[in-house]
Parts: sequence; C-alpha cells; structure tokens
Amino acid sequence: MNRVVITGIGIYSTIGKNLDEVQDSLYHGKSGIGLDVQRKEFGYRSGLTGVLERPMLKGLLDRRQRVCLPEQGEYAYMATIEALKNAKMDQDYIDKHEVGILYGNDSCSEPVIRAIDIIREKKDTTLVGSGSIFQSMASTVTMNLSVIFKLRGINLTIAGACASGSHAIGLGYLLIKQGLQDTIICGGAQELSIFSMGSFDGLSAFSIRESEPTKASRPFDRDRDGLVPSGGGATVIIESYESAVKRGAPIIAEVIGYGFSSNGDHISVPNVEGPKRALVKSIQDAGVAISEIGYINAHATSTPVGDGNEAQAIGTVFGDYKPYVSSTKSMTGHEMWMAGASEVIYSLLMMQNDFIAPNINLENPDEHSAKLNIPTKAVNKGFDTFLSNSFGFGGTNSSLIIRKFLK
Amino acid sequence: MNKEEIIGKINKFLVEEFEVEESKILPEALLKETLEMDSLDFVDLVVVIESNFGIKVKGEDFVNIKTFQDFYDFIISRVS
Repeated sequence: MNRVVITGIGIYSTIGKNLDEVQDSLYHGKSGIGLDVQRKEFGYRSGLTGVLERPMLKGLLDRRQRVCLPEQGEYAYMATIEALKNAKMDQDYIDKHEVGILYGNDSCSEPVIRAIDIIREKKDTTLVGSGSIFQSMASTVTMNLSVIFKLRGINLTIAGACASGSHAIGLGYLLIKQGLQDTIICGGAQELSIFSMGSFDGLSAFSIRESEPTKASRPFDRDRDGLVPSGGGATVIIESYESAVKRGAPIIAEVIGYGFSSNGDHISVPNVEGPKRALVKSIQDAGVAISEIGYINAHATSTPVGDGNEAQAIGTVFGDYKPYVSSTKSMTGHEMWMAGASEVIYSLLMMQNDFIAPNINLENPDEHSAKLNIPTKAVNKGFDTFLSNSFGFGGTNSSLIIRKFLK
Repeated sequence: MNKEEIIGKINKFLVEEFEVEESKILPEALLKETLEMDSLDFVDLVVVIESNFGIKVKGEDFVNIKTFQDFYDFIISRVS
C-alpha cells in the first residue's frame, strides 16, 4: 500500500483569495458573509450569502477556455493554479506524467437557467452559444480543468452533496493508496450565483439574521437559525510518497484515514448513527488512537438539528477525551460541494501554523455542544493530527484524518 | 445602416468576441483561419450576428464564406 501525501493546496474563498489571506482570516475570526439585497428582490426568504468576486481570467485563459468555464469552475481554476504552484508541479511535469483529477461539484444552475431562458425567448437552441453545454454538466469542473491543464489520469466529478469535496479527497486517497494512480488533483467547487440557491432557500434552511450578516452563521450556538450559503474553490493535490520524493516536492501532510457511510434515513434530516459510523471508520483506517487527534473541523453548518447530531456523534466517539472542535463555517458560511476540500485546507493552515481557528459567534452552547471543547477565540496551540467531517443531503457522510508528515 | 456601418459593426464584434487584432481583419484575409475558428466558434458567431443584427443564420450559411469580404457581403445581403 502506498502512503498518500498532500503536496499542494490552493484556495479561492469568501475569507480570502489565496492561502495567506485565508490564514489571516482564520486566525482573526473574519467573516466572509454579507447581505445581497438582490436576493430579496428576487424572492429569497434570506438575502444572506458568502460574498466573493469572480476572478478576471482574460489573459490567464484563452477565449475557448473561458467560454466553457462556469462560475465555480473559475474558482476551482484559481485554486488549482495556486495549488500547482506550491506543489512545484509545472506543465512540463504534467505533460510527462499521468496526473488525475477528482473534484466535488453537485450543481450548475446558472448556465442551465440562462440557456433555457434563451431558448424560450428566441425559439432557437443555437443562440444559447457554444459554452453552455460544457458549463451546464455536473462534470463541468473536471471536464474543464482536465482540458486546461492537459491532464491524462483519472477524470471524474464527485457529486456527494455537501460531502462532495471530502469524498473527492477520500476516493483519490484510496486510488493512490492502492497504486492505481500517482498524483491526483482533488478538490471541491461551489457556485454562489443567485440562481443556484433559490430552492434551498425555499426550505427555510437559511439564517434570516439579516441585521447582523457576520453573526448569522453560528454553528453550535443555541440561538442559531440556519445556515448561510457560500462558495468558491479549493484544491488539494495528493500523491504517493514515492512520487513526491522522486520529484522533490514539498510534503505538507499525509492523508491517513477515510471513513464513509450513508444514513439510509431521511433525505434532508441528518442523524447521529450515520456520521458516527464514518467517524469510527476513519479512525480505524488511520490506525490512530483518538487521543492523537488534536483538532476536529466539524461539519456543523449552523442548523439546529445538524449541529446537535454532530455534537452527539463526536461526543459518543471521543468520550472523555476532548479535542478542540470548531466549525470554520462560522466564518465562511456553508461552502457545500466545496466545503469538504476547503475545510481540509483551513485545517492544514492551522496545523502548519500552530493555531486553532475560532468557532465565531458561539455565545451560548446548547446541551450537546456544551460537552465539546469549542474555542471561540483563536488558540495558539500546535497539533499533529486532525479529523475533518463532511455530511450531505441523502445522508452521505465522509470523515478524513490527516497528519503532519513523519518519515 | 449603410455598408460601412455594417462592416464597422462586424469588425468591432469580431475583435471583442474572438479577440483578434483589428489589423488582421482584412477583406481578402481568410475568416476561419484568421479567427482560428473551430466548429464550436461558428455557434458563437451565429449568436453575435443575431445579437448585433437581429438576424438568424445557420451553420450551413457559412459553407461558401471564405474571406472577410465574403462574410461582409453575406451579412449586408441579409440585413438589407
């Protein structure tokens, strides 16, 4: 079995458009949430959203590449550029080796809606233009990035709801561990468009604390009233230890455990048992004692039921041992398809820089979160191993365990 | 709209949409080669023609269009 190491990370998010900016935001508990009045006019119950500018890609990508790339693909591209750079992996290396891509993405709303609007109005499908089909497909991110970066390895999109990005890393880890691929660009991307969140808003799942946008996402807090949708792109490059050593790559950390499960239960309401099984499986796969896990990046999205059930699952598995637990969604909002990958990056930045990011807006714990060790201010403390949880609609669960690299 | 205005409008959208240098747009130059167009790009050309002139053209209309002048003549005939 191969050891699987992380050699490159890159991020384009609402709390920073590169690793340095994100690290600063994490340490200082800076929120990326704002109020979008257009959403209210459009009919949303909540106008709260992560705020993120789209990157200017003219000059970086040619016309054909830009025409085919949707919003979340742009974010994924920016994150991947940064990840490749700090992995010291250039195009010449990619051209000579089989590099794969597994990226989480589970919707492409805006291009679909825009295309149908044009067809309805013009009664002519040609007038949709050439890029729409490539922007509209579930596999749009991997389809586009594999062409842009001329990748020749595995090429698949992972659609696993809000655990997509985490499963992408987990499945990549399994492929490399088994020797089927040496290097895989993993990650997650999430659209933020006004067209992408309407039906989710319709479930009354979003916070309506519109008077205080930066306080709206408050995982584990007794007075939480729902999640805040957010998005961006996050790339985690994983490769076999042998490959990393052979090309002299910087090794950031090692992926040592992946646990997955399905609740087999309600389509939207999470439970305790499913996440608990994913947690336990990841710990068994990693072969570590729970006391070695210094930090848990919780999935906690700021919904009453979800946070409470996760707190119970963590409490049951970890018992009297109380590792630090925080939900970076308190700052970012819920990055959904991207979250599993971005939260690995947030945790890696903490591990590399010896701090634990705060769970901002936690003012009054509820009965379950009160039993966890959740910091509300940054803690200057190093740790060697962390666990990252991601759960999604349909009851899909993923837990990853990542450790500082030791030879 | 007279012929010069139509040609000016065509050149403007070709520069903007296909990112070609204006100096390369010459009446006798080959349209497809100069714009480095593949089959997908012709779809976008149909879209910009419709949005600029309000006329719907089809892919097969381009079969006999080789040069920019051919393209200008085709649009002028359709617009008028």
